[in-house]
Amino acid sequence: MRQLAAAALAALTLGAAPRSGFETMTPELQAMQRDDLANPGMLYVADGEALWAQEGCGSCHAVAAMRGVAARYPALDAASQTPIDLTDRIAQCREARQGKPALPPEAAPMLALAAFVAHQSRGMPLQPDAQLEGARRQGEALFRERRGQLNLSCAQCHDDNAGRKLAGSTIPEGHANGYPLYRLEWQGLGSLQRRLRNCIAGVRSEPYPPGAPEYVALEAYLAARARGLVVESPAVRP
Amino acid sequence: MARTLLRVPATVTRGEVVEIRTLIQHPMETGFRSGENGRMLSRDIIRRFTCLYNNRPVFEAELHPAIAANPYLTFTLRVDESGILAFTWEGDNGFSQTETRTLTVA
Amino acid sequence: MSSPSWPGCVTDRRALIGGLLAVMLVRPTAATPEALEEAILDFTKGTAPQVGGVVLDIPPLVENGNTVPVSVEVESPMTEAEHVRAIGLFNERNPLPHVLTAKLGPWSGEARIGTRIRLSNTQRLVAVAAMSDGSYRFGEAQVIVTLAACVEG
Repeated sequence: MRQLAAAALAALTLGAAPRSGFETMTPELQAMQRDDLANPGMLYVADGEALWAQEGCGSCHAVAAMRGVAARYPALDAASQTPIDLTDRIAQCREARQGKPALPPEAAPMLALAAFVAHQSRGMPLQPDAQLEGARRQGEALFRERRGQLNLSCAQCHDDNAGRKLAGSTIPEGHANGYPLYRLEWQGLGSLQRRLRNCIAGVRSEPYPPGAPEYVALEAYLAARARGLVVESPAVRP
Repeated sequence: MARTLLRVPATVTRGEVVEIRTLIQHPMETGFRSGENGRMLSRDIIRRFTCLYNNRPVFEAELHPAIAANPYLTFTLRVDESGILAFTWEGDNGFSQTETRTLTVA
Repeated sequence: MSSPSWPGCVTDRRALIGGLLAVMLVRPTAATPEALEEAILDFTKGTAPQVGGVVLDIPPLVENGNTVPVSVEVESPMTEAEHVRAIGLFNERNPLPHVLTAKLGPWSGEARIGTRIRLSNTQRLVAVAAMSDGSYRFGEAQVIVTLAACVEG
Protein backbone atom coordinates (compact mmCIF):
# COMPACT_ATOMS: atom_id res chain seq x y z
CA MET A 1 0.00 0.00 0.00
CA ARG A 2 2.78 2.33 1.01
CA GLN A 3 4.63 1.41 -2.19
CA LEU A 4 1.58 2.20 -4.23
CA ALA A 5 1.25 5.58 -2.57
CA ALA A 6 4.93 6.28 -3.18
CA ALA A 7 4.56 5.30 -6.83
CA ALA A 8 1.53 7.56 -7.20
CA LEU A 9 3.41 10.40 -5.58
CA ALA A 10 6.41 9.82 -7.85
CA ALA A 11 4.11 9.90 -10.88
CA LEU A 12 2.61 13.14 -9.65
CA THR A 13 6.03 14.67 -9.09
CA LEU A 14 7.23 13.58 -12.50
CA GLY A 15 4.09 14.97 -14.07
CA ALA A 16 4.52 18.33 -12.36
CA ALA A 17 5.86 21.23 -14.39
CA PRO A 18 9.59 21.77 -13.87
CA ARG A 19 10.49 24.61 -11.55
CA SER A 20 13.53 26.74 -12.31
CA GLY A 21 16.10 27.25 -9.57
CA PHE A 22 15.23 30.93 -9.97
CA GLU A 23 11.95 30.31 -8.16
CA THR A 24 13.59 29.12 -4.95
CA MET A 25 16.15 31.92 -4.71
CA THR A 26 15.76 34.84 -2.32
CA PRO A 27 14.06 37.97 -3.73
CA GLU A 28 17.44 39.76 -3.57
CA LEU A 29 19.12 37.20 -5.84
CA GLN A 30 16.13 37.15 -8.17
CA ALA A 31 16.42 40.93 -8.47
CA MET A 32 20.15 40.59 -9.19
CA GLN A 33 19.44 38.21 -12.09
CA ARG A 34 16.54 40.23 -13.50
CA ASP A 35 18.33 43.56 -13.70
CA ASP A 36 20.85 43.59 -16.55
CA LEU A 37 22.81 46.39 -14.89
CA ALA A 38 23.06 44.42 -11.65
CA ASN A 39 23.54 40.91 -13.08
CA PRO A 40 27.31 40.31 -13.02
CA GLY A 41 26.86 37.66 -15.73
CA MET A 42 26.14 40.52 -18.13
CA LEU A 43 29.80 41.60 -17.86
CA TYR A 44 30.71 38.31 -19.55
CA VAL A 45 27.93 38.66 -22.12
CA ALA A 46 29.43 42.05 -23.01
CA ASP A 47 32.84 40.39 -23.29
CA GLY A 48 31.31 37.77 -25.57
CA GLU A 49 29.73 40.43 -27.75
CA ALA A 50 33.14 42.08 -28.20
CA LEU A 51 34.76 38.71 -28.97
CA TRP A 52 32.00 37.88 -31.45
CA ALA A 53 32.97 40.96 -33.45
CA GLN A 54 36.71 40.58 -32.94
CA GLU A 55 36.81 36.90 -33.90
CA GLY A 56 34.79 37.45 -37.05
CA CYS A 57 31.81 35.31 -36.03
CA GLY A 58 29.64 37.96 -37.69
CA SER A 59 31.06 37.26 -41.15
CA CYS A 60 28.93 34.09 -41.26
CA HIS A 61 26.27 34.56 -38.58
CA ALA A 62 23.89 37.41 -37.93
CA VAL A 63 23.46 37.87 -34.18
CA ALA A 64 19.69 37.71 -34.70
CA ALA A 65 20.10 34.21 -36.15
CA MET A 66 21.52 33.08 -32.81
CA ARG A 67 18.11 33.56 -31.22
CA GLY A 68 16.81 30.15 -30.19
CA VAL A 69 20.06 28.31 -30.83
CA ALA A 70 20.99 27.73 -27.19
CA ALA A 71 17.45 26.49 -26.49
CA ARG A 72 18.04 23.58 -28.89
CA TYR A 73 21.41 22.42 -27.52
CA PRO A 74 22.83 19.84 -26.95
CA ALA A 75 22.13 18.81 -30.53
CA LEU A 76 23.14 16.12 -32.99
CA ASP A 77 26.21 17.05 -34.99
CA ALA A 78 25.34 16.05 -38.54
CA ALA A 79 28.91 15.29 -39.63
CA SER A 80 29.96 13.08 -36.72
CA GLN A 81 26.46 11.90 -35.78
CA THR A 82 27.35 12.52 -32.13
CA PRO A 83 25.66 14.80 -29.63
CA ILE A 84 27.50 18.07 -28.96
CA ASP A 85 26.79 20.95 -26.64
CA LEU A 86 26.87 24.67 -27.38
CA THR A 87 30.52 25.02 -26.34
CA ASP A 88 31.49 22.09 -28.58
CA ARG A 89 29.65 23.79 -31.42
CA ILE A 90 31.48 27.08 -30.93
CA ALA A 91 34.80 25.21 -30.71
CA GLN A 92 34.01 23.32 -33.93
CA CYS A 93 33.14 26.54 -35.72
CA ARG A 94 36.36 28.12 -34.58
CA GLU A 95 38.72 25.23 -35.23
CA ALA A 96 37.24 23.53 -38.31
CA ARG A 97 35.69 26.49 -40.12
CA GLN A 98 37.85 29.41 -39.07
CA GLY A 99 41.06 27.39 -38.75
CA LYS A 100 41.87 29.07 -35.45
CA PRO A 101 43.62 27.48 -32.49
CA ALA A 102 41.36 25.83 -29.93
CA LEU A 103 40.17 27.78 -26.90
CA PRO A 104 40.28 25.94 -23.58
CA PRO A 105 36.63 24.99 -23.02
CA GLU A 106 36.25 26.77 -19.70
CA ALA A 107 38.62 29.67 -20.18
CA ALA A 108 37.17 33.17 -20.11
CA PRO A 109 36.87 33.72 -23.91
CA MET A 110 34.93 30.50 -24.53
CA LEU A 111 32.63 31.14 -21.57
CA ALA A 112 32.05 34.67 -22.77
CA LEU A 113 31.19 33.57 -26.33
CA ALA A 114 28.86 30.87 -24.99
CA ALA A 115 27.24 33.41 -22.66
CA PHE A 116 26.71 35.85 -25.53
CA VAL A 117 25.17 33.19 -27.78
CA ALA A 118 23.05 31.71 -24.98
CA HIS A 119 21.84 35.16 -23.96
CA GLN A 120 20.27 35.61 -27.42
CA SER A 121 17.79 32.86 -26.46
CA ARG A 122 16.85 34.34 -23.11
CA GLY A 123 13.14 33.91 -22.46
CA MET A 124 12.70 31.18 -25.08
CA PRO A 125 11.48 27.74 -23.98
CA LEU A 126 13.97 24.89 -24.12
CA GLN A 127 13.42 22.73 -27.18
CA PRO A 128 15.40 19.54 -26.65
CA ASP A 129 16.66 17.89 -29.84
CA ALA A 130 14.47 14.85 -30.52
CA GLN A 131 17.32 13.12 -32.36
CA LEU A 132 19.24 12.76 -29.10
CA GLU A 133 17.03 9.98 -27.72
CA GLY A 134 20.02 7.66 -27.21
CA ALA A 135 22.08 10.25 -25.37
CA ARG A 136 19.04 11.32 -23.37
CA ARG A 137 18.46 7.75 -22.22
CA GLN A 138 22.13 7.31 -21.33
CA GLY A 139 22.01 10.62 -19.44
CA GLU A 140 18.90 9.57 -17.53
CA ALA A 141 20.59 6.33 -16.49
CA LEU A 142 23.60 8.31 -15.26
CA PHE A 143 21.27 10.71 -13.44
CA ARG A 144 19.68 7.79 -11.57
CA GLU A 145 22.91 5.89 -10.91
CA ARG A 146 24.18 5.94 -7.34
CA ARG A 147 27.80 6.96 -7.18
CA GLY A 148 30.69 7.98 -4.96
CA GLN A 149 31.46 7.42 -1.32
CA LEU A 150 28.14 9.00 -0.39
CA ASN A 151 26.41 6.52 -2.72
CA LEU A 152 23.98 9.14 -3.97
CA SER A 153 22.43 9.61 -7.39
CA CYS A 154 21.55 13.00 -8.88
CA ALA A 155 17.89 11.95 -8.70
CA GLN A 156 17.97 11.32 -4.96
CA CYS A 157 18.58 14.99 -4.32
CA HIS A 158 17.11 16.76 -7.32
CA ASP A 159 14.00 14.61 -7.93
CA ASP A 160 13.20 12.99 -4.60
CA ASN A 161 14.17 15.82 -2.25
CA ALA A 162 13.96 18.98 -4.34
CA GLY A 163 12.53 21.87 -2.35
CA ARG A 164 13.77 20.43 0.94
CA LYS A 165 16.90 21.58 2.73
CA LEU A 166 20.45 20.29 2.55
CA ALA A 167 22.14 22.05 5.44
CA GLY A 168 20.98 25.67 5.05
CA SER A 169 20.34 25.52 1.32
CA THR A 170 17.17 24.70 -0.56
CA ILE A 171 17.76 21.77 -2.91
CA PRO A 172 16.83 22.96 -6.39
CA GLU A 173 15.32 20.69 -9.02
CA GLY A 174 18.65 20.97 -10.78
CA HIS A 175 17.54 22.38 -14.12
CA ALA A 176 20.17 23.56 -16.57
CA ASN A 177 18.29 26.45 -18.16
CA GLY A 178 20.58 29.33 -17.29
CA TYR A 179 24.12 28.32 -18.31
CA PRO A 180 26.69 29.68 -18.53
CA LEU A 181 25.68 31.23 -15.22
CA TYR A 182 27.12 33.48 -12.55
CA ARG A 183 27.41 31.42 -9.42
CA LEU A 184 28.14 33.33 -6.24
CA GLU A 185 30.10 30.34 -4.99
CA TRP A 186 32.43 30.71 -7.98
CA GLN A 187 32.46 34.51 -7.86
CA GLY A 188 32.35 34.24 -11.61
CA LEU A 189 30.73 32.73 -14.67
CA GLY A 190 30.88 28.97 -15.15
CA SER A 191 29.70 26.22 -17.46
CA LEU A 192 27.21 23.41 -16.89
CA GLN A 193 30.08 20.90 -17.10
CA ARG A 194 31.81 22.69 -14.23
CA ARG A 195 28.61 22.41 -12.21
CA LEU A 196 28.28 18.73 -13.03
CA ARG A 197 31.88 18.13 -11.94
CA ASN A 198 31.12 19.91 -8.65
CA CYS A 199 28.06 17.75 -8.07
CA ILE A 200 29.94 14.55 -8.88
CA ALA A 201 32.82 15.54 -6.61
CA GLY A 202 30.24 16.60 -4.00
CA VAL A 203 29.04 13.01 -3.60
CA ARG A 204 32.73 12.04 -3.50
CA SER A 205 32.79 10.37 -6.87
CA GLU A 206 35.47 10.69 -9.51
CA PRO A 207 34.42 13.27 -12.13
CA TYR A 208 34.60 12.19 -15.78
CA PRO A 209 37.55 13.60 -17.67
CA PRO A 210 36.96 16.98 -19.34
CA GLY A 211 34.95 16.65 -22.55
CA ALA A 212 33.80 13.08 -21.75
CA PRO A 213 30.64 12.00 -23.62
CA GLU A 214 28.92 11.34 -20.28
CA TYR A 215 28.64 15.10 -19.71
CA VAL A 216 26.86 15.69 -23.00
CA ALA A 217 24.57 12.72 -22.27
CA LEU A 218 23.70 14.26 -18.90
CA GLU A 219 23.18 17.63 -20.59
CA ALA A 220 20.83 15.98 -23.12
CA TYR A 221 18.80 14.42 -20.31
CA LEU A 222 18.76 17.66 -18.32
CA ALA A 223 17.47 19.54 -21.36
CA ALA A 224 14.62 17.04 -21.81
CA ARG A 225 13.91 17.08 -18.08
CA ALA A 226 13.64 20.89 -18.07
CA ARG A 227 11.26 20.95 -21.05
CA GLY A 228 9.00 23.99 -20.80
CA LEU A 229 11.40 26.14 -18.81
CA VAL A 230 12.82 29.19 -20.52
CA VAL A 231 16.48 30.04 -21.10
CA GLU A 232 17.71 32.42 -18.37
CA SER A 233 21.32 32.84 -19.49
CA PRO A 234 23.19 34.35 -17.81
CA ALA A 235 21.37 33.16 -14.70
CA VAL A 236 22.54 34.02 -11.19
CA ARG A 237 22.64 31.23 -8.61
CA PRO A 238 23.94 31.04 -5.03
CA MET B 1 40.60 46.94 -19.93
CA ALA B 2 38.11 45.62 -17.46
CA ARG B 3 34.54 45.38 -18.65
CA THR B 4 32.17 47.86 -17.02
CA LEU B 5 28.41 48.33 -16.99
CA LEU B 6 27.10 51.77 -16.09
CA ARG B 7 23.58 53.01 -15.61
CA VAL B 8 23.39 56.74 -16.15
CA PRO B 9 20.13 58.29 -17.36
CA ALA B 10 20.65 59.97 -20.74
CA THR B 11 18.41 62.96 -20.07
CA VAL B 12 17.25 64.38 -16.77
CA THR B 13 15.26 67.39 -15.67
CA ARG B 14 17.09 70.17 -13.84
CA GLY B 15 17.38 69.53 -10.12
CA GLU B 16 16.45 65.86 -10.44
CA VAL B 17 18.20 63.38 -8.16
CA VAL B 18 19.39 60.42 -10.21
CA GLU B 19 20.72 57.08 -9.08
CA ILE B 20 23.92 55.98 -10.79
CA ARG B 21 24.92 52.33 -10.82
CA THR B 22 28.33 50.96 -11.69
CA LEU B 23 29.60 47.42 -12.14
CA ILE B 24 33.17 46.49 -13.05
CA GLN B 25 34.80 43.15 -13.76
CA HIS B 26 37.47 42.51 -11.12
CA PRO B 27 38.32 39.46 -8.96
CA MET B 28 38.74 41.46 -5.72
CA GLU B 29 41.20 38.85 -4.47
CA THR B 30 41.15 39.34 -0.72
CA GLY B 31 44.68 38.30 0.23
CA PHE B 32 43.15 35.88 2.73
CA ARG B 33 42.64 32.94 0.41
CA SER B 34 45.03 30.16 -0.46
CA GLY B 35 45.30 29.00 -4.02
CA GLU B 36 46.83 25.87 -5.51
CA ASN B 37 49.58 24.26 -3.41
CA GLY B 38 48.19 26.02 -0.36
CA ARG B 39 49.98 29.25 -1.18
CA MET B 40 48.30 32.46 -0.14
CA LEU B 41 47.06 34.49 -3.11
CA SER B 42 48.29 38.04 -2.80
CA ARG B 43 45.74 40.80 -2.44
CA ASP B 44 44.46 42.27 -5.69
CA ILE B 45 41.57 44.65 -5.10
CA ILE B 46 40.15 47.91 -6.36
CA ARG B 47 40.90 50.30 -3.51
CA ARG B 48 39.30 53.47 -4.66
CA PHE B 49 36.42 54.64 -6.81
CA THR B 50 35.78 58.26 -7.72
CA CYS B 51 33.12 59.99 -9.77
CA LEU B 52 33.76 63.48 -11.12
CA TYR B 53 30.98 65.61 -12.56
CA ASN B 54 32.38 68.32 -14.80
CA ASN B 55 35.70 67.72 -13.02
CA ARG B 56 34.20 68.21 -9.57
CA PRO B 57 34.31 65.19 -7.21
CA VAL B 58 30.74 64.14 -6.42
CA PHE B 59 31.34 60.68 -5.00
CA GLU B 60 34.34 58.85 -3.62
CA ALA B 61 34.58 55.41 -2.10
CA GLU B 62 37.36 53.49 -0.45
CA LEU B 63 36.95 49.75 -1.00
CA HIS B 64 38.24 46.93 1.17
CA PRO B 65 38.57 43.16 0.57
CA ALA B 66 35.05 42.69 1.95
CA ILE B 67 33.64 44.13 -1.28
CA ALA B 68 32.40 41.26 -3.49
CA ALA B 69 34.09 40.28 -6.75
CA ASN B 70 33.00 42.43 -9.69
CA PRO B 71 32.35 45.49 -7.51
CA TYR B 72 28.90 47.02 -7.73
CA LEU B 73 28.36 50.56 -6.43
CA THR B 74 25.29 52.76 -6.49
CA PHE B 75 25.01 56.38 -5.40
CA THR B 76 22.89 59.44 -6.08
CA LEU B 77 23.53 62.81 -7.66
CA ARG B 78 21.44 65.97 -8.02
CA VAL B 79 21.83 67.22 -11.55
CA ASP B 80 21.73 70.98 -12.07
CA GLU B 81 23.54 71.24 -15.40
CA SER B 82 24.49 69.13 -18.39
CA GLY B 83 27.95 67.68 -18.23
CA ILE B 84 30.35 64.80 -18.22
CA LEU B 85 30.58 62.12 -15.57
CA ALA B 86 33.99 60.50 -15.23
CA PHE B 87 34.21 57.26 -13.27
CA THR B 88 37.64 56.05 -12.13
CA TRP B 89 38.55 52.79 -10.44
CA GLU B 90 42.05 52.43 -8.99
CA GLY B 91 43.60 49.49 -7.22
CA ASP B 92 46.42 47.08 -6.53
CA ASN B 93 48.98 46.17 -9.18
CA GLY B 94 48.59 49.52 -10.88
CA PHE B 95 44.94 48.99 -11.77
CA SER B 96 43.40 52.17 -13.12
CA GLN B 97 40.46 52.65 -15.42
CA THR B 98 38.30 55.61 -16.34
CA GLU B 99 34.96 55.64 -18.15
CA THR B 100 32.96 58.71 -19.08
CA ARG B 101 29.26 59.34 -19.75
CA THR B 102 27.36 62.42 -20.79
CA LEU B 103 24.40 63.68 -18.79
CA THR B 104 22.04 66.06 -20.54
CA VAL B 105 19.63 68.35 -18.71
CA ALA B 106 16.50 68.53 -20.84
CA MET C 1 42.57 43.68 24.54
CA SER C 2 45.91 44.87 23.24
CA SER C 3 47.45 47.89 24.91
CA PRO C 4 47.46 51.07 22.89
CA SER C 5 50.98 52.15 22.01
CA TRP C 6 50.57 55.61 23.52
CA PRO C 7 50.02 55.21 27.27
CA GLY C 8 48.52 58.65 27.79
CA CYS C 9 45.49 57.69 25.74
CA VAL C 10 44.63 54.51 27.59
CA THR C 11 41.91 55.89 29.83
CA ASP C 12 40.20 57.98 27.18
CA ARG C 13 40.25 55.24 24.62
CA ARG C 14 38.96 52.58 26.98
CA ALA C 15 36.26 54.92 28.19
CA LEU C 16 35.24 55.61 24.63
CA ILE C 17 35.09 51.96 23.71
CA GLY C 18 33.16 51.22 26.87
CA GLY C 19 30.74 54.02 26.15
CA LEU C 20 30.29 52.86 22.60
CA LEU C 21 29.61 49.32 23.73
CA ALA C 22 27.00 50.58 26.14
CA VAL C 23 25.33 52.61 23.41
CA MET C 24 25.45 49.94 20.75
CA LEU C 25 24.74 46.72 22.51
CA VAL C 26 21.23 45.65 23.23
CA ARG C 27 22.55 42.52 24.92
CA PRO C 28 25.45 43.60 27.11
CA THR C 29 26.71 40.00 27.42
CA ALA C 30 27.43 39.65 23.68
CA ALA C 31 30.89 41.14 23.44
CA THR C 32 31.63 42.61 20.03
CA PRO C 33 35.15 42.22 18.70
CA GLU C 34 37.35 45.12 19.57
CA ALA C 35 38.46 45.56 15.98
CA LEU C 36 34.97 46.64 14.91
CA GLU C 37 34.78 49.25 17.64
CA GLU C 38 38.30 50.45 16.88
CA ALA C 39 37.49 50.82 13.19
CA ILE C 40 34.34 52.77 13.98
CA LEU C 41 36.14 55.07 16.43
CA ASP C 42 38.83 55.61 13.84
CA PHE C 43 36.15 56.69 11.35
CA THR C 44 34.44 58.98 13.90
CA LYS C 45 37.77 60.31 15.20
CA GLY C 46 36.88 59.10 18.65
CA THR C 47 33.29 60.36 18.84
CA ALA C 48 30.67 57.87 19.93
CA PRO C 49 27.96 57.69 17.26
CA GLN C 50 24.30 58.00 18.21
CA VAL C 51 21.82 55.39 17.13
CA GLY C 52 19.07 56.24 14.63
CA GLY C 53 18.50 57.83 11.27
CA VAL C 54 20.66 55.28 9.46
CA VAL C 55 18.95 52.37 7.73
CA LEU C 56 21.16 49.43 6.80
CA ASP C 57 19.24 47.25 4.39
CA ILE C 58 20.55 43.72 3.97
CA PRO C 59 18.73 40.39 3.66
CA PRO C 60 18.47 38.85 7.15
CA LEU C 61 19.18 35.41 5.71
CA VAL C 62 21.91 35.05 3.10
CA GLU C 63 22.29 32.00 0.85
CA ASN C 64 25.90 32.67 -0.01
CA GLY C 65 28.20 35.06 1.75
CA ASN C 66 30.26 35.79 -1.36
CA THR C 67 27.95 38.43 -2.80
CA VAL C 68 25.44 40.04 -0.47
CA PRO C 69 23.52 43.12 -1.67
CA VAL C 70 23.50 45.88 0.93
CA SER C 71 22.36 49.48 0.98
CA VAL C 72 22.68 52.31 3.48
CA GLU C 73 20.27 55.22 3.61
CA VAL C 74 20.65 58.16 5.98
CA GLU C 75 17.87 60.58 6.90
CA SER C 76 19.07 64.01 5.85
CA PRO C 77 17.74 66.95 3.80
CA MET C 78 21.16 66.99 2.05
CA THR C 79 21.35 70.80 1.96
CA GLU C 80 24.49 72.95 2.29
CA ALA C 81 23.61 73.53 5.93
CA GLU C 82 22.66 69.99 6.82
CA HIS C 83 24.00 66.96 5.01
CA VAL C 84 25.85 63.68 5.28
CA ARG C 85 29.59 64.02 4.64
CA ALA C 86 30.51 60.35 4.66
CA ILE C 87 29.18 56.87 5.27
CA GLY C 88 31.29 54.04 6.69
CA LEU C 89 30.26 50.41 6.60
CA PHE C 90 31.84 47.97 9.04
CA ASN C 91 31.54 44.30 9.93
CA GLU C 92 32.19 42.19 12.95
CA ARG C 93 33.52 38.83 11.81
CA ASN C 94 35.37 39.17 8.50
CA PRO C 95 39.18 39.18 8.65
CA LEU C 96 39.10 42.98 8.52
CA PRO C 97 36.42 45.22 10.05
CA HIS C 98 36.30 47.65 7.11
CA VAL C 99 33.95 47.24 4.16
CA LEU C 100 33.56 50.62 2.51
CA THR C 101 33.79 54.31 3.25
CA ALA C 102 32.11 56.76 0.92
CA LYS C 103 32.24 60.55 0.73
CA LEU C 104 29.17 62.45 -0.33
CA GLY C 105 27.78 65.96 -0.02
CA PRO C 106 24.78 68.21 -0.61
CA TRP C 107 25.18 67.62 -4.36
CA SER C 108 24.31 63.96 -3.75
CA GLY C 109 20.65 64.96 -3.32
CA GLU C 110 20.01 61.91 -1.16
CA ALA C 111 22.23 60.00 1.24
CA ARG C 112 21.87 56.54 -0.22
CA ILE C 113 24.58 54.13 -1.33
CA GLY C 114 24.53 50.49 -2.34
CA THR C 115 27.07 47.76 -2.94
CA ARG C 116 27.61 44.01 -2.59
CA ILE C 117 29.75 42.60 0.15
CA ARG C 118 31.37 39.42 1.40
CA LEU C 119 30.39 37.95 4.74
CA SER C 120 32.55 35.18 6.16
CA ASN C 121 30.01 34.26 8.78
CA THR C 122 26.78 35.08 10.55
CA GLN C 123 27.44 38.49 12.04
CA ARG C 124 26.49 42.07 12.77
CA LEU C 125 27.07 44.97 10.40
CA VAL C 126 27.26 48.61 11.39
CA ALA C 127 26.81 51.64 9.13
CA VAL C 128 27.99 54.99 10.47
CA ALA C 129 27.12 58.37 8.96
CA ALA C 130 29.30 61.47 9.44
CA MET C 131 26.94 64.45 9.58
CA SER C 132 27.85 67.98 8.52
CA ASP C 133 27.44 69.27 12.11
CA GLY C 134 30.27 66.98 13.24
CA SER C 135 28.00 64.40 14.85
CA TYR C 136 27.87 60.72 13.93
CA ARG C 137 24.90 58.42 13.67
CA PHE C 138 24.70 54.68 13.18
CA GLY C 139 22.40 51.84 12.22
CA GLU C 140 23.05 48.14 12.38
CA ALA C 141 21.82 44.81 11.07
CA GLN C 142 22.25 41.19 12.01
CA VAL C 143 22.78 38.75 9.15
CA ILE C 144 22.61 34.97 9.13
CA VAL C 145 24.79 33.38 6.47
CA THR C 146 23.94 29.87 5.33
CA LEU C 147 26.57 28.61 2.95
CA ALA C 148 25.59 26.60 -0.07
CA ALA C 149 25.78 22.92 0.73
CA CYS C 150 27.68 21.92 -2.42
CA VAL C 151 30.77 24.07 -2.17
CA GLU C 152 33.40 23.58 -4.80
CA GLY C 153 36.18 21.30 -3.58
